[in-house]
Amino acid sequence: MNEPQENTQGSKDGWPLYEVFVRGKRGLNHVHVGSLHAADDRMALTHARDLYTRRNEGVSIWVVRSENIAATTRGEKDPFFDPSADKVYRHPTFYDIPDDVPHI
Amino acid sequence: MSAELQEHFDETIAREQRIEPRDWMPEGYRKTLVRQIAQHAHSEIIGMQPEGTWITRAPSLRRKAILFAKVQDEAGHGLYLYSAAETLGADRADLTERLIEGRQKYSSIFNYPTPTFADVGVIGWFVDGAAICNQVPLCRSSYGPYARAMVRICKEESFHQRQGYELLMTMMRGTVAQREMVQDAVDRWWWPSLMMFGPPDQESPNSAQSMNWKIKRHSNDELRQRFVDMTVPQAEKLGVTLPDPELRWNATRGRYDFGTPDWAELKRVISGDGPCNAERVARRRSAHEEGAWVREAATAHAAKQAALSNEGAAA
Repeated sequence: MNEPQENTQGSKDGWPLYEVFVRGKRGLNHVHVGSLHAADDRMALTHARDLYTRRNEGVSIWVVRSENIAATTRGEKDPFFDPSADKVYRHPTFYDIPDDVPHI
Repeated sequence: MSAELQEHFDETIAREQRIEPRDWMPEGYRKTLVRQIAQHAHSEIIGMQPEGTWITRAPSLRRKAILFAKVQDEAGHGLYLYSAAETLGADRADLTERLIEGRQKYSSIFNYPTPTFADVGVIGWFVDGAAICNQVPLCRSSYGPYARAMVRICKEESFHQRQGYELLMTMMRGTVAQREMVQDAVDRWWWPSLMMFGPPDQESPNSAQSMNWKIKRHSNDELRQRFVDMTVPQAEKLGVTLPDPELRWNATRGRYDFGTPDWAELKRVISGDGPCNAERVARRRSAHEEGAWVREAATAHAAKQAALSNEGAAA
């Protein structure tokens, strides 16, 4: 995502900032590819097509105003993610199974 | 607190992990990146002009379509990079103003003229070839959005170089006049292309810090050497002579020795006194100013549509 987000109004142009997500092909998730400025949603989609899919890189595009994205706080050591850090029993490797048990 | 943040930043860099927009970063790192990415973006945008001038005069529909696609790519590259600069808090409109007011620079190479169609070929071969040497290592740059923009750009850059070389091969199979035109373009673009890598290492004071921060991965002189080593065999295949009497294979080093570019010329062109500096910036300024009514109209239309749909929702 683009940060800091104070700039999302596109001060002097008056065109807000949009984040662009492209589905590369059927079966894949949309992935964030970058951002662009546009006057409205429709223009954002057209610009996204011209900018991010000039070589068949996508079959579907999402655009969303950057200011509408909620995000976690900064940093990789974010305590926000602590709840997942101490639950090793959520991983298959936590469980000892004898080698001679098949297909598990 | 600040020491802890600095330590975390240093560790991230040392572990070859990427810095992302929301991470804390030293102010110098941010400033260096904004400057470098903005200059890079401006170069792509100004770089549309020297070749763009040939779109209406391309010798065939095939060449016109190729050139169109290439110049459109340059615009796209500029926009990927502006997008990366914005993740650092830069403002798009402000960057454009800095460019047209001459407060931010762009690559010196785009201040040279393109008098013949062979220039289109040589730009693809030399200038985009040099850009590839510069940009491939930047795909591993420590700042995530910059590195990702470079990955996209490098994928597209290979088409640019190949169309240029193919164009020149076609001309070399043509008339004597066409072959001379290619050689003339090679003579004019060789040295400015070597200058694209920047001043020699001992005169490039910011390089060391950029390399410590892993924004940059190789020195100017190393990249210049790589470009020469890559290009000499291509010139032989094409049948042109590179205009450097000191150029020869050095078996001990396993690399080519080559002469010294005219660094005074590079300084002149960077500081604004190249053959086309004024023309390039004036053209960019007029495109921006003459497009103002379109931007305003689109804003007004968007506001009107939003108001209408609000009314619709209220009713």
